Amino acid sequence: MSEKTMTRWQRFLDNDIVWSFFHSPGAMLAAFVTVVFVVAAFAAPIIAPFNPFDPSQISLWDGKLPPAWVDGGQPQYLLGTDNQGRDMLSTILYGGRLSIIVGLAAVGLGMVLGVTLGVISGYVGGTTDAIIMRIADVQLTIPGILLAILINGIGRSFLPLEMREEFAIYVVILAIGLIDWPQFARVARGATLVEANKEYVQAARVIGLPAWLIMLRHILPNTLRPVLVIATIGLALAIISEATLSFLGHGIPPTTPSLGTLIRVGNEYLFSGLWWITFFPAIALVVLVFAVNLLGDWMRDALNPKLR
Amino acid sequence: MTELLKVTDLDVEFPTRRGTVKAAQGVSLTLKKGEVLGLVGESGAGKSTIGNAIIDLLERPGRVAAGSIVFEGEELRGKTEDEMRSVRGDRIGMIFQDPQTSLNPLLTVGVQLVETIEKTTDLRGKDAEARAIELLEAVGITEAQSRLKAYPHQFSGGMRQRVVIALALAGDPDLVIADEPTTALDVSIQAQILDLIKKLCRERDLGVIIVTHDIGVIAEIADRVAVMYRGKVVETGEVGQILGAPEHEYTKSLIAAVPPSDRRLERFNSVDYIEGGSDTRRRIDVQNHWLGEKSHDASDGPTIEVNDLNLSFVLEKAILKKNRKMLKAVDNVSFAIQPGETFGLVGESGSGKSTVARLIAGLYKPDSGQVNILGQDVSTNPRLPAAVEAHRALQMVFQDPYSSLNSRMRVLDIVAEPIRFYKLTSSEAETRKIVGDLLDHVGLGAAAALRYPHEFSGGQRQRISIARALACRPRILICDEPTSALDVSVQATILNLLKDLQEELGLTMLFISHDLPVIRQMCDRIAVMRHGAICEIADNEALFTNAQHEYSQHLLKLMPTYVGQ
Repeated sequence: MSEKTMTRWQRFLDNDIVWSFFHSPGAMLAAFVTVVFVVAAFAAPIIAPFNPFDPSQISLWDGKLPPAWVDGGQPQYLLGTDNQGRDMLSTILYGGRLSIIVGLAAVGLGMVLGVTLGVISGYVGGTTDAIIMRIADVQLTIPGILLAILINGIGRSFLPLEMREEFAIYVVILAIGLIDWPQFARVARGATLVEANKEYVQAARVIGLPAWLIMLRHILPNTLRPVLVIATIGLALAIISEATLSFLGHGIPPTTPSLGTLIRVGNEYLFSGLWWITFFPAIALVVLVFAVNLLGDWMRDALNPKLR
Repeated sequence: MTELLKVTDLDVEFPTRRGTVKAAQGVSLTLKKGEVLGLVGESGAGKSTIGNAIIDLLERPGRVAAGSIVFEGEELRGKTEDEMRSVRGDRIGMIFQDPQTSLNPLLTVGVQLVETIEKTTDLRGKDAEARAIELLEAVGITEAQSRLKAYPHQFSGGMRQRVVIALALAGDPDLVIADEPTTALDVSIQAQILDLIKKLCRERDLGVIIVTHDIGVIAEIADRVAVMYRGKVVETGEVGQILGAPEHEYTKSLIAAVPPSDRRLERFNSVDYIEGGSDTRRRIDVQNHWLGEKSHDASDGPTIEVNDLNLSFVLEKAILKKNRKMLKAVDNVSFAIQPGETFGLVGESGSGKSTVARLIAGLYKPDSGQVNILGQDVSTNPRLPAAVEAHRALQMVFQDPYSSLNSRMRVLDIVAEPIRFYKLTSSEAETRKIVGDLLDHVGLGAAAALRYPHEFSGGQRQRISIARALACRPRILICDEPTSALDVSVQATILNLLKDLQEELGLTMLFISHDLPVIRQMCDRIAVMRHGAICEIADNEALFTNAQHEYSQHLLKLMPTYVGQ
């Protein structure tokens, strides 16, 4: 098959990375699970049997019901209900959506911030480099979750009381994004140091392109591979961070629960035998994080020519 | 005399997901004791594959599909891995290309030698050590006793390659396969290593197979030559016959493409057997084209003038200035290049020639001294508008065709970048047309514009680099080892292209190379550099016939020369 007769789609399939994907069962399974999760979460308003945020659909009389197959369970509540009578399945779907949104937004924020600083640090070098990287080093000496609680606390205290619940999600995103950036900065800086010495960057300098354009057009696209890998693994971590924050009661409020909030609420009832309130969100969280991590692992191998 | 090694009808295959690649087809070779066989060919010809197939070290998933390898009357094909391990090292020694990576940096040379000796012979302990000393002395390392305790990084490149040779000889083999043994070394060291291999071959009655791309090496050392082209041996014979009166078309092209050192050619001819070598250029009429428009006024005086340039690199950091260890990379360098002239900088690696080029191009800032381009001082304040303007007249072609193009950009965007940035055209349509013309002009064809760099070979990529340089409408072209990463036949076509361009556009060129015959072909005047300083500046003819400086004479003496052509 000559290259000219190949359609865009065929050329895409011919790509080494795509080829590696279709020949690695683990990656395909992980991708499948992730896609199912994301689709289900975002289609929650359509596929979920109930809307847990709509008070008219919640009945306290139906609270604390076990899953449908357990004695006392009711068929319309497949995975049971929580203490307020919300359907667990619907709440998990809605909560999963929240977790994924927070994870993606936080990683996005951390990535933009970290990659920008990392590329500048690597390309400009000297004092700029030293300052940026020392800030990153100092930040890495503080446990991330403590820092997130701190940022979260400060962020909330700036908000008027009545807006706190409404804006809680943005504060959480900010907090997780801010604890994420040093990882991205380090990887981006390392890749930049390698790329900046290559002759195509020198050629661009000889042409006379300004530094910002060289960084944007030449260096940035060539540093994205390693960044993409840690972004995927970072996504799993961000989802866990959000769950941890929410579990500790510093994250998403119980009125619009995320997976972490659900696990925390359920935790209070665990010893009263209401295991399903904690168990199902926890399983959902584990499966989601595991799938995303597997995907990240595969991506690291596939994008690294040395391991291929 | 019986044959030491006899390879018959060898086929080597590499199954890939795009079908099976036949790396070697029907290769037959014979080697006697005490004979050096040169296996020569260009990259991808399959010469290293043959060497690896003989010792069963083919990279996976490669395999020998057919044929036989008979070594000392014994068939090597079908031997188990264990049996092969005792053949390797014991009876067949290997010398690899890069002495940096073929020694373990964490172990002393002595430990590595003794280990190999104990594995391949009956000698143990003190006896093995005595043997190690003997071997080091045999490969010309003095004070061998004390050198045993040294680590590889304490040796220079040439010394390290001697240690590698000692390792190959540890098991007292009958056959040594040397894969590009001198490619990573400077000319002066190359000559010593080749002498050593030749001497050992005679003294120990060894059979030696030298795998190389370099005809100069073959001429220096080989008794017989096998020429490989696309996995096949196209011609075998005595070295004098192959170099002097080649029969096969490919061998003829290959030899015609080697730059001669004794005279200056107008162009290289008859290189049409080579990929991309046939002259399919759809030339553009430069005088009436965008490319021919003068963007800078011609000025009197030298195009490039360099005065007392100095630059030091920090080797070891320290807070106090006096404690820092500095390397003087460029030491009081001064020269001037006249309009339309090709000025050559030649020297061994580390002589500072590339650093000088980068200083002129503005990639480094000099510690002291001055660079003038078209009469404008560009080093004192490079941000001055006039300096920026002057720098635009200068473009550069780099050494490594694989890293000098951004792999994420289409060829169109790579070449169009300076045109778009400086708005040298009035519309995008015109830009695209000009990019197409430029690609045509450098011999790639306008259709290349929509493809990505990885779809092209090294020589083709170098053409893209040249097209990108032309897109700035330069008056000056700096070529930093533009062909040293290329095969000799591709080198010839690129050098031809550069010569044509210079003639058509009246370019001033600064041409940097470690390769004297290439310099001989390209340059009008030549500066010889050593340790950051210029030893001698002379006209081409004068330098090659009557060099004044001691070091120039030394370099010229080491230059591989061979009869023929």
